[in-house]
Amino acid sequence: MATVAAPPRTKVLMQGNEAIVQGALAAGLRFYAGYPITPSTEIAELCAENLPKVGGRFLQMEDEIASMAAVVGGALAGRKAMTATSGPGFSLKQELIGYAAQSDVPCVIVNVQRMGPSTGVPTAPAQGDIYQARYGSHGDYAIIALSPNSVNEAFYTTIKAFNLAEKYRTPVILLTDEIVGHLRETVALPDPSTLEIVDRKLPTDPPGVHKAYKPEANGVPVVPNMGMGYRFHTTGLIHMTDGFPTTNPKLVQAEVERLSNKINSHLDDIYQYETTSLEDADVVIFAYGGTSRSAMAALKQARAKGLKVGMYRPITIWPFHDEKVRAALAGKKAVIVPELNLGQLSREVERVSGGDTKLVKVNKVSGEILTPQDILTAIEGVY
Amino acid sequence: MALVGKVPVKDYLRVEKLPHIWCPGCGHGIIMEALVRAIHSVGLSKDKTVIVSGIGCSSRASGYMDFDTIHTAHGRALAFATGIKMANPELHVIVLTGDGDASAIGGNHLIHAARRNIGLTCICMNNNIYGMTSGQYSPTTPTCALATTAPYGNIDTPFDLCKLVDAAGASYVARGTAYGVRMLEKYIAGGLKNDGFSFIEAVDQCPTYFGRKNKEGDAFAMMKLQQERSVPVKQAATMPEEELAGKLVVGVLKEKPRIEYTKAYDADVIAKAGGAGK
Repeated sequence: MATVAAPPRTKVLMQGNEAIVQGALAAGLRFYAGYPITPSTEIAELCAENLPKVGGRFLQMEDEIASMAAVVGGALAGRKAMTATSGPGFSLKQELIGYAAQSDVPCVIVNVQRMGPSTGVPTAPAQGDIYQARYGSHGDYAIIALSPNSVNEAFYTTIKAFNLAEKYRTPVILLTDEIVGHLRETVALPDPSTLEIVDRKLPTDPPGVHKAYKPEANGVPVVPNMGMGYRFHTTGLIHMTDGFPTTNPKLVQAEVERLSNKINSHLDDIYQYETTSLEDADVVIFAYGGTSRSAMAALKQARAKGLKVGMYRPITIWPFHDEKVRAALAGKKAVIVPELNLGQLSREVERVSGGDTKLVKVNKVSGEILTPQDILTAIEGVY
Repeated sequence: MALVGKVPVKDYLRVEKLPHIWCPGCGHGIIMEALVRAIHSVGLSKDKTVIVSGIGCSSRASGYMDFDTIHTAHGRALAFATGIKMANPELHVIVLTGDGDASAIGGNHLIHAARRNIGLTCICMNNNIYGMTSGQYSPTTPTCALATTAPYGNIDTPFDLCKLVDAAGASYVARGTAYGVRMLEKYIAGGLKNDGFSFIEAVDQCPTYFGRKNKEGDAFAMMKLQQERSVPVKQAATMPEEELAGKLVVGVLKEKPRIEYTKAYDADVIAKAGGAGK
């Protein structure tokens, strides 16, 4: 009997955490350092298995802080680097996320959110780390945080996270949740050659001429990789364009402002969102991550009842796009903000929504997911 | 080219970043010079050597040295260095740290870097005090010594850093002093040549915050104490333990090569996974 070679599988059933690893590898991940914590552990396990297959290296470090330190070191040594964690581990990593932001180190930090505070309810789903992702480290800086709502989107959003990290030389938080992390869905794996992959810019000026921390017009410095012969200096101290510390007030002011400006001035390039049935809607659901799946079901049920409901779903959580959210809510009767926290991103929505748009929060911190009915009840409440 | 004992020391320094921030009499500059001379004698490439430091007085040395250098966060130098070495094992990675940085806030990273035997050379400038924050007791401050946070005398038992990293699995362990700087240079060179985790404790003086408070005198007097307290490792082996109390056993305390971590990863993990050459 003749054998026929099976065509390469392009549609694969996988878990959200697995899609993150597949996306990371497609984006060029070659170094991972982490510490075991549920519900992110599959990411470490799959990196341990798959990184050495492509010549990359995996490290299980002694603690969460060490794994963030190793990621920053690995990134400066020239590799695309990632770590993954959840609640308590995300808290421990904050100092060095600030270090990466301050010293322009491209890296990806996955936070598969679980119920907090503290050890909380391991490992029930939550979306309680919205503000920690934005303001978790001390001092002023801007950050990028992305939240996918499906396994397929987890794959592509991870690639986007690496591309943004490399382009803007910044830590990027992949702020997913236990719902998406442990969900199993079909992913249509693309032909790798069709993917847009961004690699960090490297200096073209020779050593001695090139200034490692001199920002280009976009605010992003062209920092060499270690070992390229530039013999540059990196520090967590506020530094000058040559990378060495300064306390000159004018230079310090400009440098700290640059850290926020390099992200905020590229909002439209960074920002991703999706809208559903927004045009004729008089009520808008503002939902993200795993919770947006329940919100979509609620939207369909509401529409079936003749209620004009639409949805605004940010994939980019930070930076927050004031203008787009304000425009989406203009003239709407109400905005419903379901979140697995006591009201976090709803504060941003409230800040930009006009006084005529009523804001209704739908919150759950019981360790359970928000159901479509929870959201539908809130929708019916505003009619 | 300025030659110090026929070694072009300034060639390895960012002379435009000098003068350094260290107090008069501080031993950190002496130890940095010993490191430069050791790097020269071993013949490491300036372009392929990375100097990693933590936070504290000693950790400011990285900024003065003409290599790829990184001044990291308090206690985390070894963890950053582990990432650098794993990401690019071709790099020679040297870690500069102090007693508080390495063994208090960074103690976990110290024992695990030693356990892995990852190819890092760690030089701990041990002056028994937190100098940068002006004189608090550290894990190596002797019992009964005074510090700003031990105004009635320190009740803690200090670490013997060399015994600690030996037990944790370091393949090369040595102790030298700022006083015995030529010997220290040899111990550092031995560490740089060892393919694995090397730890060199460089006993150092802080006249400003330890010496004054504990009435040990100026830098000269403190270095004289280092000389008086030093016992070569061979001699120490013949001495009863009670005679060694308060002494500094100096020399190469351990040299027991075993497979370096990134080499083990490549030879075992990458080879089994089929990723060699990729």
